[in-house]
Amino acid sequence: MCTVCGCGEGETTIEGHKHHHHHHEEGHSHSHADGHGDHNHDYGQGAAHAHTPGLSQTRMVQIEQDILGKNNQYADANRRYFSEHGMLALNLVSSPGSGKTTLLTETVRVMPEQTPVAVIEGDQQTALDADRIRKSGAKAVQINTGKGCHLDAHMVGHAVRDLKLQHGSALFIENVGNLVCPAAFDLGEAAKVVILSVTEGADKPLKYPDMFHAASLMIVNKIDLLPYVDFDVAACCDYARRINPGIRIIQLSATTGEGMEAWLGWIRAHLEIAKTGVNVPGENS
Amino acid sequence: MHEISLCESLLKVIEDSASKQNFSQVKTVWLELGRFSCVEPDAMRFSFDVVMKGTLVDGAKLELLELPARVWCQICLKDVEIQQRYDACPCCGDYRLQISGGEEMRIKELEVM
Repeated sequence: MCTVCGCGEGETTIEGHKHHHHHHEEGHSHSHADGHGDHNHDYGQGAAHAHTPGLSQTRMVQIEQDILGKNNQYADANRRYFSEHGMLALNLVSSPGSGKTTLLTETVRVMPEQTPVAVIEGDQQTALDADRIRKSGAKAVQINTGKGCHLDAHMVGHAVRDLKLQHGSALFIENVGNLVCPAAFDLGEAAKVVILSVTEGADKPLKYPDMFHAASLMIVNKIDLLPYVDFDVAACCDYARRINPGIRIIQLSATTGEGMEAWLGWIRAHLEIAKTGVNVPGENS
Repeated sequence: MHEISLCESLLKVIEDSASKQNFSQVKTVWLELGRFSCVEPDAMRFSFDVVMKGTLVDGAKLELLELPARVWCQICLKDVEIQQRYDACPCCGDYRLQISGGEEMRIKELEVM
């Protein structure tokens, strides 16, 4: 069972690992369980606490811990790793069918040769996407979440170490196609990039606000199809900014290449920041 | 769908705490959930019962405390409460709001024996 999230118990597999991914049930020396400051408020035998319904043997224990605390610790460890290796990690999220994988294969194809690129592919099943990415020339590893609906920081930590990336790499993490659950799970990325294609509804930012709030960049994909669909780009951008006033927006078509330069520019800028270590989040943990 | 994951995570925290705090059964669990915490209370209750079966939390009561969503309005220069992420400031109608509370998912305390 995954101790980070348990989502799809025993179903998670990382390509290249023969065993099912039993997440550190015992013996592993992740020592983050300590120092959480649980403190015991033992009111003896009495029912001193307001909640206590008067049962003599019960007592109250104050926990004050984030439910996702464990995931956040793994995410901090990933973030530290990325920072130490001058790597830019981006968490790509969207609904199924928004064109994430095509955008990635095109991105890999047009990225400057001197920039090492790697991809972590998250899907419930199959290694089809990782195969597609590898064909385009980047290192890729597939994580199958089994029944799970999102990637978590623990899976990503393992996949990153498997990839053995060079300093200054750009790492794209393609999350499971889902606009709900991945919003809550920090993977240690520098930014979440939400991709919305014009064949979807323009009001998605309002319908799935958590994700659009968590993202730093929104990509409006498949703009070559705009003449054929009823998609109001301006309204979509307005909705996204209502949810997240600071969100950056890039319109592009991975198929025709229109707008790709802006996306590459955004990556380049963030990669420079990652390399110089200007942005070192998670250092204080 | 990820409420199952959250419950498994919750169970792990409780198990860690049980060995440190020396308890073997949990009677009540208090969770603080912000209004914007991506948790559906009904799904959480359902998952809680399923995940806790056969553990030291089996049969425990789950108490959910909802925390309001608070945002800082850059126009009014004050904290206001909203209901949805897409809401405008109730005082001035502007959307330039910065969330200051409401994303919590915290285990508050346990009643144990």
